[in-house]
This record gives sequence, structure tokens and C-alpha cells, in this order.
Amino acid sequence: MAWQWFHRLGSPRWFYWKTGAWLPWLAIASGLLLSAGSLWGLGFAPQDAKQGDSYRIIYIHVPAAFLALAGYYIMAISGAIGLIWKMKLSYLVMRAAALIGAVLTFISLFTGAVWGKPTWGTYWVWDARITSMLILLFLYIGVIALSRAFAREQVADKACAILALVGTVNIPIIYKSVDWWFTLHQPATIKLTESSSIDPSMFYPLLTMIIGFYCFYAWALLLHTRNLVLQREWRTNWAQQALADRTPAADR
Amino acid sequence: MHPVRKQRLILVIVLVALSSAAAGFVTYAMRNNMNYFYAPSAFAAGDVPFGQRIRAGGCVVPDSVVRADDTLDVRFAITDGEADVKVVFDRILPDLFAEGEAAVVTGTLQRDGTLHADQVLAKHDENYTPPEVAESMGANANCGDGAGI
Repeated sequence: MAWQWFHRLGSPRWFYWKTGAWLPWLAIASGLLLSAGSLWGLGFAPQDAKQGDSYRIIYIHVPAAFLALAGYYIMAISGAIGLIWKMKLSYLVMRAAALIGAVLTFISLFTGAVWGKPTWGTYWVWDARITSMLILLFLYIGVIALSRAFAREQVADKACAILALVGTVNIPIIYKSVDWWFTLHQPATIKLTESSSIDPSMFYPLLTMIIGFYCFYAWALLLHTRNLVLQREWRTNWAQQALADRTPAADR
Repeated sequence: MHPVRKQRLILVIVLVALSSAAAGFVTYAMRNNMNYFYAPSAFAAGDVPFGQRIRAGGCVVPDSVVRADDTLDVRFAITDGEADVKVVFDRILPDLFAEGEAAVVTGTLQRDGTLHADQVLAKHDENYTPPEVAESMGANANCGDGAGI
């Protein structure tokens, strides 16, 4: 009996109707936070004493990297729930998280390279942090490729979940790489246990951007999962109804 | 929890644990190759091979930078607080290269103990401060104690 709520959560139809109401709120919250954080960080936060204006890429780079790592756990845990409870919806969350995570990983690698040229003097080095982050991108791309490599979707779901779970070992490696080994990449600026080594006037816009990225991630994940739900359930009556509701009357 | 699901849960945990252990062993076996550069004390200990292309990282020793008048040649020393390595370089230094800041140098170690560099990268620390705050702290050299690398 205790697990009933959990199984109801796994119903694609229930998920589709429930999350529809959340989408506008998440869209508004991420729109407000991201535009406020960008304006604040790019326009009003002070320059850095050494880097000048080029440090401002932190306002994109750090939130994107945060979500690339957190999103991997969302993908892997969704895969595990799918494997254990045979929950179709969970696999769809995993597939959605793979695509969004790959994009975020690419953004953090790209912005890091753009920042690296004026700061370090090079776009790319093969140090432990940057290489493990590139492996994360390949893991995400691997899950996306695997999800489309099988004729039967159930087989693809299982294969993706196993790859995602095996890849979880990379996340603590990425996170701790700057502490365990000598790397060109600097250690973490935002610390959980001690005070952060960033001035408050630069930190608050960064915090706004991080929360904004979390809202944006939740919005994008729900939106993409809902589309995957409709793609897989389109034969059912409720999905037909939902599709009809989405299409403007003139196009029907 | 249904026994079949419990069994699958255990399988998932075993899968993650075994793959983590495998990756852990691999990185442990390669621990010397995981470092991007040698610290200057590794040079002093004789751990760095001569004549091969290697990297050294450390704090640029204040007042050690000597530039030639007519060429791009520059000499400086990097330190980790325990030992120094002398570096010779003949190209353009990155903008953020400065005394008291960390740098990563790629080159070959000569028999006389100097490192002939073909690339110098500035290694930025994790501190972000506005100019006024940095001025009032008077902290220009923040890796002098060999921390920061």
C-alpha cells in the first residue's frame, strides 16, 4: 500500500496532466531569474581585479557545469528506477535528461574554452578536470546514441539505464579532480563547508543565475519528457485528446 | 518492497559499486599520470626526467622575472614553497602572467637544472575580487606560500 503513490507517479497520463500546470510557473521563474541574473552579473557586478571583464563568463559557465553534473544523477537515478520498477515514464525522464545534459555539458566546455584563451593563454588543455568533463559529454552522447540504436524501445531503455549507471563514477571524479590532482583548472570557488572565495557583490548574481538554471532545467526536462510521453502514448485516447487540445482549432 | 524489485535494486547497486571500484583502481594505478604538471619539489627530488617534454607548475617567484632588452627572452623561477625551478622562455607570455601568480610551464629539463619552455600558461586561482577590495587587502601575491597551486 505504501508504494501506491509511487506507482501512480509512473502513470504517463497522470504525469502529463499534473505537470502541465507547473510549466508556466517554471517558465516565468526561470525567465525572471535568468534575465535578472544576467543583467546583474554582466552589467552591474564589479570587474575582477585581475581578469577584468572576462571573468563574467562565470555567470554562464558555473551554473551550466552545476546542472550538467546534477542532471547526470537525475538521468542515472531515473534509469535505475526504470530498471527496478519497470516504470516507462522513468525511462522517458532519463532520455530527456540525456539530451539536456549533453547541451549543458557542451555549454560549460565551450564557455570554459572561451575564458581559457584570455586567462590561461590556451583554449584547451588535457588536465584531469577538463578531460573528465569531456568524458561526461561522451557519456551523455553515448546514452543518446544508444537510445536510438535499437528497434525495440524497451531494449534501448535498459541499455541506456545501464550505461548511465556505470557512468555515475565519473561525477565524483569531475567534482574532486581539482583537489586530488594538479590541474590547470582552479579549485572550486563556491564551497559548501567554508566561506566562498568570491566577493559577495559578484556572488549574489551568480547565485541568482544558478537558481535560474535549476528552474530552467526543471522546465526543459518536464517539457521534453511530456513530448516523449505523447510520442510513446499517441495511440491512446487520452494522448489523442491532449494532442487535439494542443493544436489550434484552425489547424485541425 | 516486492522481492523481485528488491533483487533488481541489489543488482543496480552491485553494478554501480563494481564499476566505481574498477574506475577507482584504474585512476589509482595511473595516479602519477593524472597530474597535469610536476611541482618544483619533484624536480629537487630528481623525479623529473631530463630531455623529455614535461610540465612544471608553481608560483612565479616575486622579483625573479628578468627580461632581455632586445628579444622576447625571459627568465623566471617558479616555486611551491619548498624548491625552485628556473625557467627560460622566448615567446609571448599570457596577459595574466605575473610575479606572485601561479603558472604552468611546458618544456624540457636541461642537465643544468633549467627548464627550457615552449609554452607558459597562467594558472588562475579560485579567488574573485573587485579591484577596490583587492587594493585594500594589498594582496597581490597570493600564491607565494605555495598554496594556490
